[in-house]
Amino acid sequence: MRRLLPSAAAVAALVLTVSACGGGGGETAAPPAQVSDPSKVSGEVTWWDTTRPDSEGPTFQALIKEFQAKYPQVKVNYVNVPSDQAQNQFQTAAQAGTGAPDVIRSEVAWTSQFASLGYLQPLDGTRAVDQPDDFLPGPLSSTKFNGKTYAVPQVTDTLALIYNKRLLKEAGHEEPPKTIAELKQTALDVKAKTGAAGLALNVDSYFLLPFMYGEGGDLLDVANKKIVVNSPANVKAMETVADLISSGAAPKPATTESYANAMTALKEGKAAMIYNGPWALSEIYQGKEFQDKENLGIAPVPAGSVKAAAPTGGWNLAIYAGSKNIPAAYEFVRFMTTAEAQAKIAKEISLLPTRTSAYSNPDVQGNADVAVFKPIMDTAVPRPWIPEGGQLFQPLLEGYQSLVGGKSGPADMLKAVDEQYRGIMKDWS
Amino acid sequence: MTVSTRRVTAAGESARGRRRERPGPLRRSFGNHWYAWAMVTPVLAVMLVLIGWPLARGVYLSLTDATEANIGRTIGVNVIPASYEFVGLENYARILTSGVFWDKLLWTVVWTAVCVALHYGIGLGLAVMLNRRLRFRSVYRVLLILPWAVPAFVAAFIWRYLYNSDYGVINGFLRLAGLGGVGWLDDPTTAKIAVIAVNVWIGVPFMMVALLGGLQSIPAELYEAAEVDGAGAWQRFTAITLPGLRQVSSTVVLLGTIWTFNMFPIIFLVTRGGPGSETEILVTYAFREAFTGIRNYSGSAAWGVIILAMLVVLAVGYRRTLRSQGDPW
Repeated sequence: MRRLLPSAAAVAALVLTVSACGGGGGETAAPPAQVSDPSKVSGEVTWWDTTRPDSEGPTFQALIKEFQAKYPQVKVNYVNVPSDQAQNQFQTAAQAGTGAPDVIRSEVAWTSQFASLGYLQPLDGTRAVDQPDDFLPGPLSSTKFNGKTYAVPQVTDTLALIYNKRLLKEAGHEEPPKTIAELKQTALDVKAKTGAAGLALNVDSYFLLPFMYGEGGDLLDVANKKIVVNSPANVKAMETVADLISSGAAPKPATTESYANAMTALKEGKAAMIYNGPWALSEIYQGKEFQDKENLGIAPVPAGSVKAAAPTGGWNLAIYAGSKNIPAAYEFVRFMTTAEAQAKIAKEISLLPTRTSAYSNPDVQGNADVAVFKPIMDTAVPRPWIPEGGQLFQPLLEGYQSLVGGKSGPADMLKAVDEQYRGIMKDWS
Repeated sequence: MTVSTRRVTAAGESARGRRRERPGPLRRSFGNHWYAWAMVTPVLAVMLVLIGWPLARGVYLSLTDATEANIGRTIGVNVIPASYEFVGLENYARILTSGVFWDKLLWTVVWTAVCVALHYGIGLGLAVMLNRRLRFRSVYRVLLILPWAVPAFVAAFIWRYLYNSDYGVINGFLRLAGLGGVGWLDDPTTAKIAVIAVNVWIGVPFMMVALLGGLQSIPAELYEAAEVDGAGAWQRFTAITLPGLRQVSSTVVLLGTIWTFNMFPIIFLVTRGGPGSETEILVTYAFREAFTGIRNYSGSAAWGVIILAMLVVLAVGYRRTLRSQGDPW
């Protein structure tokens, strides 16, 4: 070990010299601990963003401009990768050792998986994490793996009931439904009195979770390492979903392009209610029904027989362990997760901050969407942050599709999901 | 260079040596045609690197329990030691004893048989039509070749849009006609029909062009002679056209079978294997094994080897049958 030290120091000095030259500054190389002015950090940071390029992307690009003004020697390459492909592409690139970005916007469920595979740089005590106590506990919990921090929470989200106030009013409902029973009745009234569909379902695993949590169910019991997806509570939840469809409260949803179809139906006033999160708001406001923003209502998801709860979602910023520009990446992550940056994002595109202090920012307090989502966020249920977490959704999706298609009933469907989970997590009971 | 040349020669010697007992002609051939050997060597080397090595590595991986988590790597400060082990045929046993494999195999065989039959049938029909003198023949040819020119993923997205149950064009027409819309991709049966339709649309042009080429190589005198002898259209078709096309047909059917069997993009992009995993064929299922969550390299390698083995058996059997019927290749 001791013999290695001089060579390691030499390499470090070389790297620093090279990076200083790359920045064109011509300053003398200094060891990282003595960097007094972080704005002198130089390098090139490639960031894979996963937001929707048309509705959310511009806000992040504007933030990057601010970052570059503050750190003139860091060049940021902005790459937008569709959120359904980023995980796969990152794994491929990280494993191969070429083409991986320096910073990735990682979904909360991916973070522990990437960390377990050794792809992420540990961030404890680095400049990337600023005031860790300021973060909300739910999002912060998603950044930990084996006790170490591997990411910084960027935005958080959860699901809510998003509805068209005009259609509900025409159906005789001033208030959004608070329970599943009211949801069904409201939807049926909308259908009878306005001709529009009541509830547009999105056939996706994440969107099934509020129904399960509502009945007191869950996918896994992490503390006891137990698979609990095939529980009576979940069977009841699936029966509720099946009943919403068979009663006509929700039209039978398409299983392909389900998300897009539900969104289009809401935006065009063809459906009165959907479940969705804050990330969808900027797109919804582009729809003709919501030119008047006042027409959009946001309420907590309706309660099942036990409680009203939706899953915790959101996105973290993580740094690839093989990055050649780690110091610059630290500064970038730090900048993008400051309370000011989060407030700007919340103000412009209604994504929820992960910092407690950001919520006292006037820009955030002035945003009506955030004001509605904050209390919902407080009851959101963190998902199991385990490396296999990302694999739990495909079997559930297949089950949901066969439930909607009438190929299997609630009990058979959960039994099939349970079997697949046992194949994924072999040492769980 | 010299080293690899010698190795190739040695391999060639042993291969030839089994058939012909004397090594003499080979050495003479090497003496006379050394430049040919020298020219072949780079190709062989590239083939070994590009095909041989990955194949060997894939077969090896399929005999281990390697996954993304235990394959071992060093990335920056993170060092993960390799901890995968040789497990013999365990992966194969697991796949072949699972119901999923046989389900997918059955659907893959149905999918391949139906697609290739339709490709060939429709392709032949169009080729025969276009082989006659008719006006705007070249225009038709261009139009009919178009689907083949469209990249598969573009075609898949166009069709996905056409099939959309709420906003798709097909259901739009059905509603205009007063019929209800159909959830094309939401029901296993219609989803299967839908993906077959897309694949037929994409695959027919190739068959048509290949068969058209074959048709044009049949001498016109044969048809004239048959006509003089009083043969009807159907007789001419079965007695001249089909035998004349035999060589082309056997090749394109074999190619078509292999392509369709492994036709990944259509299934993956049009239905993503859904609803449930009803339209998933063997290759898309293997892909899912390999590329969801923590990747299972060994499992997907085993799937790959099984698929490859099935296709090799199919191709060899097919060629045997053809040869026994007197086909030269």
